Amino acid sequence: MQHYPNTLLPARQPPLKNISVAQWIKHNLWGTPTSAVTTVILLLCLLWSIPSLLEWAALHAVFSADADQCQVARDIGACWGVVTEKYRLILFGRYPFDAQWRPLLATAALASLLVMSCRPAFWNRFLAVAWMLVWLLFFVLMGGGKWFGIPTGLVYVATDQWGGLPLTMMLASLSITLAFPLAVLVALGRQSSMPAIRSVCVVYVELVRGVPLISVLFMASFMLPLLLPTGTSPDVLLRVLVGITLFSAAYTAEIVRGGLQAIPRGQVEAAYTLGLGYWQTQRQVVLPQALAHVVPSLMNNFIAIFKDTSLVTIVSLYELSGALGLAVSGDPNWRPFKLEAYLFITLIYFCICFAMSRYSLWVERQLTHR
Amino acid sequence: MTPNITFRRCIFSLVCMSALAIALPVWAGKTLDTVKQRDQVVCGVNTGLAGFSAADSQGKWSGLDVDVCRAVAAAVLGSADKVRYVPLSAQQRFTALQSGEVDVLSRNTTFTLTRDASLGLHQTAVTYYDGQGFLVSAKANIKSAKQLKGATVCVQAGTTTEKNLTDFSRTNKLDIKPVVFEKFDAANAAYFSGRCKAYTTDASGLASIRTKEAKNPKDHVILPELISKEPLGPMVRRGDDEWLAIVKWTVYGLIEAEEYGITSETVNALKNDSTDPVVLRLLGKSEDTGKLLGLDREWLARALLAVGNYGEIFEKNLGEKTPLGLKRGLNAQWNKGGLQYAIPIR
Amino acid sequence: MLNWRSQRVRASFYQIALIGVLIGLVGWLLHNTLGNMRMRGIQSGFDFLLEPAGFDIGESMLSFTAAQTYGQAFLVGLLNTLRVSCIAIVICTLWGAVLGIGRLSGNALARGLCYAYTELFRNIPLLLQLLMWYVVLVEWMPDTDAPLHFRDWVLLSKEGLTLPGFMSEGLTLTPEFLALTWGLTLYTSAFVAEVIRSGIQSVPLGQIEAALSIGLSPWQRLRLVVLPQALRLIVPPLTNQYLNAIKNSSLAVAIGYPDLVSISNTALNQTGRAVECIAIVMAVYLTLSLLIAGGMHYLNRRAALKER
Repeated sequence: MQHYPNTLLPARQPPLKNISVAQWIKHNLWGTPTSAVTTVILLLCLLWSIPSLLEWAALHAVFSADADQCQVARDIGACWGVVTEKYRLILFGRYPFDAQWRPLLATAALASLLVMSCRPAFWNRFLAVAWMLVWLLFFVLMGGGKWFGIPTGLVYVATDQWGGLPLTMMLASLSITLAFPLAVLVALGRQSSMPAIRSVCVVYVELVRGVPLISVLFMASFMLPLLLPTGTSPDVLLRVLVGITLFSAAYTAEIVRGGLQAIPRGQVEAAYTLGLGYWQTQRQVVLPQALAHVVPSLMNNFIAIFKDTSLVTIVSLYELSGALGLAVSGDPNWRPFKLEAYLFITLIYFCICFAMSRYSLWVERQLTHR
Repeated sequence: MTPNITFRRCIFSLVCMSALAIALPVWAGKTLDTVKQRDQVVCGVNTGLAGFSAADSQGKWSGLDVDVCRAVAAAVLGSADKVRYVPLSAQQRFTALQSGEVDVLSRNTTFTLTRDASLGLHQTAVTYYDGQGFLVSAKANIKSAKQLKGATVCVQAGTTTEKNLTDFSRTNKLDIKPVVFEKFDAANAAYFSGRCKAYTTDASGLASIRTKEAKNPKDHVILPELISKEPLGPMVRRGDDEWLAIVKWTVYGLIEAEEYGITSETVNALKNDSTDPVVLRLLGKSEDTGKLLGLDREWLARALLAVGNYGEIFEKNLGEKTPLGLKRGLNAQWNKGGLQYAIPIR
Repeated sequence: MLNWRSQRVRASFYQIALIGVLIGLVGWLLHNTLGNMRMRGIQSGFDFLLEPAGFDIGESMLSFTAAQTYGQAFLVGLLNTLRVSCIAIVICTLWGAVLGIGRLSGNALARGLCYAYTELFRNIPLLLQLLMWYVVLVEWMPDTDAPLHFRDWVLLSKEGLTLPGFMSEGLTLTPEFLALTWGLTLYTSAFVAEVIRSGIQSVPLGQIEAALSIGLSPWQRLRLVVLPQALRLIVPPLTNQYLNAIKNSSLAVAIGYPDLVSISNTALNQTGRAVECIAIVMAVYLTLSLLIAGGMHYLNRRAALKER
C-alpha cells in the first residue's frame, strides 16, 4: 500500500522575475565551477587588453592634422590626424576638389531614399517614382555635362574620377536592384519543367557561384572589351557593374529558389483551378510567400554584396579602400599611419553593415508576428 | 489571357532582341577619324609617377609622357588641352590599348620583342633611354647590386622588371627573393615600411620615387648598376599605320626641333625669319609634310608651340632644376654624345 | 498539327527560341572576339603553357625557377592557394565551433564576447581586414636585424615568421602568407560560428530535456545528443563557408601573395592571352568547388536520417 504524506510539501520558489544585479551575476557568471573559471580568465584577458587599447586610441592619441606630432606619438598613441587631414580624399576619391558638394549631395539623396524604402509606411506608388527620380538626380549630379543635349550647368566629371563612399553606395544599391529581377527569373527558370530553360539556369548559377568575384571582375574588366564589336569601349564603371550584377544575381537566385521550394504545391494547384496563368500565379500567389520566407537570407546576401564592392579596388576603381590607398600611400608624411585611416573606413563599413543586419532582424520579427 | 496574345508577345520580344543585336554599332573605325570625331585624344598614362605622368591635387597632369600626348593632341586637333588622361596600372595598360579604351599608351613602357610581336601593339619612337636599377636604404651599407645575395626585393607585377630581376639573379647566382605586388603604391609602401631590402624598377622611376615618396630622400641610395636596357616610349595599336606614323613622327619632330634649335619661344619668329631649309620644312613653311600624315602643314609648329622641343620637355619634367635632377646622359642628342637620333623629317 | 493551345507545343517553342537566342549571342560574341584578336594580331591558344615562364615566384611549395614553364607556374599558384585554404578551413572549423558553442553557453561574459566577435568580423569586408593585418605585420614588426624572438626557435620580424630549426631546413612564413591565413581564418570562423550556433539551436528542445532527464552532464549532452543531430543541419551551410574560404583566398592578389589569381595575372600580362588565363583560373576554381561540394554531399548522405 502506498504511503502518502499527510502534510503538504513546502511550496517551491517561484521563478525569479525581478532579480537583483547580484543574483544575475551569480546566475550568469558564477553558476558552475566551469563558468566561474571562464569568467575569471576572460576578465583577466579583458583587463590586460582593453586599458592599453583605450590609451592608444583615445588618451595618447593625436587628433590634429599635424604629421610631426603624430610621428612623435608613433607607438604610444593613435594618429587620428590622418583622418582629419585626408578625410575628403578618402570619402570622395579623385573627384575634383571644388566640386565635392556634388557627390556629397548625391550620396545624401541616395542614402535617404534607401532609408525611406525600409519603412513599410512609405511603400506606395510614390516610392517607385521617387526611386527613378533620385537615381536620375544621382547620375546627373555625379556626372554633370550634357544629358540628351540639355546642359545641366555642371562641369562634366568622367566616371573614372568617381570614387569613395558615393561609388560604394552606388555600386552596391544599383547592382542589388538590378540583380533582383534577374535572380527571380533565374530561380523560376530553375523550377521550370522545360529542360532547356532549366539547364541554362542551372549552368549559369553553378558557373557563377563556383568562381571568385575577383575573376568575374577581371573578366568584366579585361575581356568585355574584346567580346564587344571593335571600336565600342564600354565605360569601366559599366563593366564592373555588369560583373557585380551577374555575380549577385546568381547568389540571390539560389536564395529565392530556396523560398520557392518551401511553397506547398497546393498553392499553385489552387491558383490554376482559379484560372490564373503561369505568370499571374507566380506574381500574385507564389512569389509573395516565397520572398517573405527568405527575407533574412536575402538581407544577409545584400550585406555580403555591399562588402564585396570593396573588391573593385583591384580593378582600379577607387572606392573607399582604393581611395585610401591613393590618399595615404602616396604621401610619405602620412604613410606610417595607414592603420588609423583603415580603422576609419572600417568604422564606416561596420556601421552600415550592422545597421543592415539589425534591420533584417526587425523585418524577420515583423514577418513572424504577422 | 489567350494563347494567341502570348504568342504575339513572344514574337514581338524576339524581334526586339534581334533588332537590338543588329543595331549595336560595329565600326572598325580608324583611330585618326575617331580622334577627330571625338575631338579628343585619349591617352593612357601612369597612375602617378613624378616626372613622367602624375596628377597634382587639382587634377592637372604633368610629365614627359603627358607632354608627348599633349604634343600629339596639338598636332592633330590644334590644342594641347584636348586630351583625356586615363591612369592605368601596369596590369591593365596593354588590354586597355588593345581594346580601344585609349588611343595611345604613353606610360613609361619598355619596347620589347614580345610586346611588339605578340600583344597586338606597335612601338613608335623612344622618348627615354633608361635602364633598370635598385634602390636600397643608406643604412644597409650596400654599395653594389652584386651584394644583394638572398635579399628580398619589392617589384611590381606585370612589368619587364620582374623578368630582368630574375635574369640578373640567375646570372650572378644571387638567389633573390622577389616580393611581387599588384599595385605600384603597394610595392612602394612595402619597400618604405621595410618589408624588402631593395626596390627595383627603371632608374628614372627610382629617382622619381625617392624624391616624392621617401620621407628623407638622402636616406636612400640608387645603386650604380643598370642591369638592363629599358627604351621607353609611347605605343599604339596594330593595324593602324596612319596613327602609328602620326605619333612616331610627332616624337621625332620634337627631337629634331631641339637638334635644329627651335624652341617654343622661337617657333613663330623662326617661321617668318629663318633661312635654314630644314627649319622651314619642319615648321611647314616650305613643304607640307603634314598632308602625308593626314594632318595640316602646321602640325609640328603647333606641337612645338604647345609643349616645346624635346630638350625643353626634358628640362621641365626631369632635368637638373627639378627635384628628380636627372642628367641628359643617354638622352642627349646624338651629336652631343647621347642616343636621341631623330629620323630626318623630309 | 501544331496547336498553340497545347502546352507541349508552347514549351518546345519557348525552349527552341531560348536556345536559338543563346546560340546567336554566343556566336556573335565569338565572332567579335576572333575578329578583334585577328585585327590586333593577338595570338591565342594554350600552347603558351609549355613555354618558359621567365619570372620568379616569391614563395612556393615546389622549387620553381624562371626556366620552368607557365604550366608549372600555374601549378605552383594552385598549390599556394590550397595551402592557405586548407589551413584556414581546418582552423576556422575548430575556432568557429568554439565560438558557436560559446554563444550558447551559460556564462554571460563568454556569450557577450562571442557575440561581439562574430558581429565585428562579419560586418567588415574581408579585403579591409586583410589589408589591415598586412599593415600590422609589415609596419609594426621590427626590422630583420632585430627580430622579436623566443630563444632561437621562433623569430618574428618584417620578413615574417622564421623557425630556423624546423625539420632541419628551417621554415619561413612570409608576412603575406601570415596576413592572408590569419585574416581569412578569423573572418570565416565568424560565419562558421553562426552556422554552428543555428544548427545547435535547431535541435528540438525535447531532445535536450530528455537528455537532462536521464542525467547526462552538459558535456555529455553536447557530445552524444546535440552535436550528432545538429551536424545534419550544419553540414550544407558549412560546405558553403568552406567554398567561400577557398574563393576568398583569391584576395591574395591585393597583398602580394602569389596565389593562382596573382600568377595568372602576371602570365596574362606577359603573354597577352587574357581569355586563356582567365579561363584556366575559372576552370580550376569550378573544379575545386565541385569536388568539395561532391565530397560534402557524400558525407551528408551518410549523416542523413536513416528513416525506417
